[in-house]
Amino acid sequence: MVMIGNQTPPQIDEPEIEIDVQNLDFYYGKHQALHDICMSVPKGMVTALIGPSGCGKSTFLRTLNRMNDIIGGTRVEGKIVIQSKDIYAPNIDVVMLRKRVGMVFQKPNPFPKSIFENVAYGPRIHGIKNRAQLQEIVERSLVRAAIWDEVKDRLHISGLELSGGQQQRLCIARALAVDPDILLMDEPASALDPRSTQRIEDLIAELRGDYTIVIVTHNMQQAARVSDYTAFFYEGHLIEFGKTERIFTKPNNKQTEDYITGRFG
Amino acid sequence: MQKWKEKAVKLGLLGASSTSILIVLLIFFYLIKEALPFALDPGLSSLSGSLWAPTSMLKESFGILPLLTGSLLVTAMATIIAIPVGVIAAIYISEIARPAEREVLKPFIELLAALPSVVIGFFGLVVFVPLVKSVFGLSTGLTALTGALLLALMAIPTIISISEDAISSVPSSYKQASLALGASKLETIFKITVPAALSGIVASITLGIGRVIGETMAVLMVTGNAAVVTMNPLTSVRTMTATIAAEMGEVAFGSHHYRALFWVALILLGITFALNILAQKALSKYKLG
Ligand SMILES: Nc1ncnc2c1ncn2[C@@H]1O[C@H](COP(=O)(O)OP(=O)(O)O)[C@@H](O)[C@H]1O
Ligand SMILES: [Mg+2]
Repeated sequence: MVMIGNQTPPQIDEPEIEIDVQNLDFYYGKHQALHDICMSVPKGMVTALIGPSGCGKSTFLRTLNRMNDIIGGTRVEGKIVIQSKDIYAPNIDVVMLRKRVGMVFQKPNPFPKSIFENVAYGPRIHGIKNRAQLQEIVERSLVRAAIWDEVKDRLHISGLELSGGQQQRLCIARALAVDPDILLMDEPASALDPRSTQRIEDLIAELRGDYTIVIVTHNMQQAARVSDYTAFFYEGHLIEFGKTERIFTKPNNKQTEDYITGRFG
Repeated sequence: MQKWKEKAVKLGLLGASSTSILIVLLIFFYLIKEALPFALDPGLSSLSGSLWAPTSMLKESFGILPLLTGSLLVTAMATIIAIPVGVIAAIYISEIARPAEREVLKPFIELLAALPSVVIGFFGLVVFVPLVKSVFGLSTGLTALTGALLLALMAIPTIISISEDAISSVPSSYKQASLALGASKLETIFKITVPAALSGIVASITLGIGRVIGETMAVLMVTGNAAVVTMNPLTSVRTMTATIAAEMGEVAFGSHHYRALFWVALILLGITFALNILAQKALSKYKLG
């Protein structure tokens, strides 16, 4: 590489950063679940979080929309900067943060309400009352979540009447309805059959580019298939982070290599 | 051998349940039997009057309207007081209170539910009667409102404990989904949690009201026992249950007055029965989902 002076030349393919995590520590009471995490999540890309069970993937994911706040006795140190704002700064509006950072859970959890009301819930919370506008948002979100064709004739039935895979896509539609920039997904397909899993993976590929997606998965093949970047966590530490292709072909770290080759975890 | 045992147990259970059904039926038939002659003499139309003066020297009157309105007024007011207090308390205990507060509040509510109604009536006599009197500047604190306050006090623990059950069994995944969409804690409570627990809350209300509608002693002690047709909460009234309790002991067996009291009992039974069916329906819906 040719160096100009002592500065690194600007790289063409240097991605724009959406989430910048700086020296993040996280505690459940006295138990430290995350140690000094530093990580820059690129905008418009899919970032996979992998690692053995209990290594802190879900905890890390929930720090990004402050969902850990609802668990008593937790503590955060360090910084998470999203769109140039420290989301743990005292003046931050958690409501606005969660509007920008949507979340999809491991187990599909539609509300016990109609399909329409499930999707309209978020926009209503954020002040949209106009029926026509809500209808437009509901349709657009369901189309975007690739479930519109299956439910368009029965928007009034309960979301709980759908199959597991459909429920999960409904939950994705519900998250998209508030127009977030970032989508957090915690093992979104782990409760689903292979066909539904396939559809979720296709959907993630569809959404890529328009949303910054951070997805937890315990399935290495899935991480390799859907993500651009991969972060490997182990016992609360971020062991390695980089382009998925490289992580899976030339990991720098021995532990990463052992994990992705299936030697443990 | 095993089969024989099973049969015996089944038979025993069948016996027990049919005995209880039989007893209820017997009570019902006895009520009808004692009430029926009144329909011939002096006739059912005399029940519809607005004067209850069963022992009048001039003219006996058996108009149950004042008793009906008395019961209605007291129960309706009790319901209006008990629902918001009970439901809000249930929401507070299950969704807002810190665990330490919950540890104190829950046994306290259960204790309140277990208090005998005479004790609550006595409490009302000592506390609510003077309170109502001085707050509204009345000559007596023995009013419909006082009775309603007492009945509400009795209904509230039932409403709280069943509503609290229903609210805290709403899956936390619903609440998390709502919070993750940017809803506040209060929005989540009122738009997700409470609607999801609604049938249980309705059941708790019906059971709570069911508990107080047949309540006798407490109201007898504090409502002033004046059988007048009124919708003014600050006057003395007389409920159906209080009437039966107060007069049955002194009535001449077989008299018109005696039979009129049985009609009051029958009507009360009908109302309680209807309410219980409503409560059952609400409860079974709540259990189903
Ligand atoms: N609500 C909680 N309270 C206390 N400890 C927790 C809680 N959730 C997770 N932990 C702990 O934090 C660590 C990381 O858990 P988690 O983030 O769920 O891991 P993963 O998602 O990678 O399986 C584990 O040791 C787990 O026991
Ligand atoms: Mg997890």
